[in-house]
Amino acid sequence: MRRLAPMLLAALAVLAAACEKKTQPAPSGEGGAQTAQQAQPAPGGETPAGSDVILLGQVGALTGGQATFGISTRNGIEMAIKEANAAGGVKGKKLAIRVYDNQSKPEEAAQAATRLITQDKVVLILGDVASSNSLAMAEKAQAAGVPMITPSSTNTTVTQKGDFIFRVCFIDPFQGYVMAKFARENLKLGKVAVLQDNKSAYSIDLSDVFTRKFTEMGGKVATTESYSQGDTDYRAQLTAIRKTQPEGIYVPGYYSEVGIIARQAREVGLKVPLMGGDGWDSEKLFELGGTAIQGSYFSNHYSPDNPDPRVQKFISEYKAAYGGVPDALAALGYDAARVAIEALKRAKDLSGPAVRDAIAQTKDFPGVAGTITLDDKRNAVKSAVVLKVGDGKTEYVTTVNP
Amino acid sequence: METPALPVPEARSAIPPALRGILPVLVALPVLALFQWVTNESPFAVYLLSVMGVNIILAVSLNIVNGMTGQFSIGHAGFMAVGAYISGVMSLNLKEVALSFLPVAASDQVLFTLALLVGGLAAAACGFLVGLPSLRLRGDYLAIVTLGFGEIIRVVVQNTDAFGRALGLSGIPQYSSPYMIYFWVFLTVLVARRIAGSSHGRSLWAIREDEVAAEAMGVDTTGYKVRSFVISSFFAGIAGGLFAHFVPIINPGSFTFVKSMEIVVMVVLGGLGSTTGAIVAAIFLTLLPEGLRSAFNLLGTESTLAQKVDQIRMPIYGLLLVVLMLSRPQGLFGTRELWDVLPRWIPRRRRGLS
Repeated sequence: MRRLAPMLLAALAVLAAACEKKTQPAPSGEGGAQTAQQAQPAPGGETPAGSDVILLGQVGALTGGQATFGISTRNGIEMAIKEANAAGGVKGKKLAIRVYDNQSKPEEAAQAATRLITQDKVVLILGDVASSNSLAMAEKAQAAGVPMITPSSTNTTVTQKGDFIFRVCFIDPFQGYVMAKFARENLKLGKVAVLQDNKSAYSIDLSDVFTRKFTEMGGKVATTESYSQGDTDYRAQLTAIRKTQPEGIYVPGYYSEVGIIARQAREVGLKVPLMGGDGWDSEKLFELGGTAIQGSYFSNHYSPDNPDPRVQKFISEYKAAYGGVPDALAALGYDAARVAIEALKRAKDLSGPAVRDAIAQTKDFPGVAGTITLDDKRNAVKSAVVLKVGDGKTEYVTTVNP
Repeated sequence: METPALPVPEARSAIPPALRGILPVLVALPVLALFQWVTNESPFAVYLLSVMGVNIILAVSLNIVNGMTGQFSIGHAGFMAVGAYISGVMSLNLKEVALSFLPVAASDQVLFTLALLVGGLAAAACGFLVGLPSLRLRGDYLAIVTLGFGEIIRVVVQNTDAFGRALGLSGIPQYSSPYMIYFWVFLTVLVARRIAGSSHGRSLWAIREDEVAAEAMGVDTTGYKVRSFVISSFFAGIAGGLFAHFVPIINPGSFTFVKSMEIVVMVVLGGLGSTTGAIVAAIFLTLLPEGLRSAFNLLGTESTLAQKVDQIRMPIYGLLLVVLMLSRPQGLFGTRELWDVLPRWIPRRRRGLS
């Protein structure tokens, strides 16, 4: 112990000295973000030009807690690439994709993204579903100047990471707007109540926007009650809501709570429809909600019942290739890959900035999950669908345009 | 790769006593500088080396408790999380602050070091709180308490706004460099080896072999156990802090029970009680998944097999672990160190330290 003290002191002293040394590498770590943007595209543009294959990269959760998300997305992307190759590829070259698993962990996502960028030298990255993983990848892609498109991360912060990061889905607040518009214009509701999940940023975002928009459109939000994820008894809040006699209740939560809320709402005598967001989208909703949830509405990215021939063609082809009806994630993966392929076709070369500019110009792109136009914040301005909960399945009601 | 990290207290008599303490530091620093210079060009190599360094710190520090003292802690990721979040939040808040008398980059590093130390000390404090009551007990109780602690930390983080809740903490300045990380690797290894060779370490070995006998011989078993636990937690906190400063986002999902088990696997694979074993196992287990990925990429970009196979990487990894443990149940090195198992023609160090 007596030996340890001077040793540690010496170590600290040297450490302080070492800080001086760090001054050179440190700027190249952060300031390098800017220099890399100019430096990176050169090799990025040259390497694929030399071969006859354009390599894209995907990072997705193929294992771990969100495995089905990653696999659906991968299937969608794979389908888009096969189609593009069958149609002759891009700029006379075939497309190929390299998929890495991130085990649903952000540090693995960052590692895989770094590998795609520096080792495989992909021209573009697709992925991931979970916003935290996409955030980790976005940081790396932005620093290296490689464009990235996330198919289905709805958290607003993802595309704020920089000008190389895009998404083809709407952002969380948009769903609040969609439901407000639908409730006001289609359901002709005048007075509604809001029941939000205080533990989830997603739920609070949605309910804030819903309240603002619904009031702007001339409706009235009678009361806003809140619960916490994991609660099982909502009777107190529901009784308070019943007193205001609303014509509908907005519950932007997850299916696990919404199912129980629906049952208890009927118990306390609330017969009005519930409304929600894509957090409802699960088979479990029917099981938990039973008959109580039937006749309620929620906004989603896409509906397999959409009669649009484009959607039906996608579904039948997907069924033939992978079996089963594609979920929203597969549709968004498909759309993301097609937006990327279109951009590659339009880009003047395959360097990072050129591809980025081409993606940014995406306008009125006919996607399976809605028409995609990218705004100046690199978010998709697109339509959402409203679904009605039926007996064990959802019914397509309408499409709401922004 | 582990050479720069190894302590080099070879020249016992040739070195004046005053220099002995800092000699390893003097040797390691130029090596680390070279290391930094070599890896500067490839971001992927830097990332992989950073992960590896953090894993080495975790494995070596856990080895002090699980290997040397013979206690079974399975909550190491919890202490890592404490360090990661405390130092991460501190760096986030100090992002705009700079010490006026230093250039910006240097002051960043000073503040980073400060944040690391605060994170490490917080983890050590948690280690003390968890260890003091539970280390009075024997056997499996510690395992259960540490497991519980890890889960508590995760749930607390998940529900605290300041820690970014389930989405995690992003935008932490990326201060970690291989130089910094491997400096801490070096410190950790140095401390672990010095403990192993000291009378303190002798007491730990005694506790590991037979706690009753050790107590009968006058060893303050609880005191020694708590001390080794606190030291181990401190370095886990440091590892967490380093981790938070090179991974773009930290979220509770990164510090689950699975992460703790990964570290335990490294220690067991390397051989319980062998510091160099823990290092070798940490390096091996970090590189293995990426190595498998490279192997699958050789199958070609076009082949759908290579795509599908990225999913079965982890089962293969698990299978390799099973095979290794079946063929060498005592771990790679047992309780011995790297130099004890080297071929005969390489000159050995004296068997002075363990």
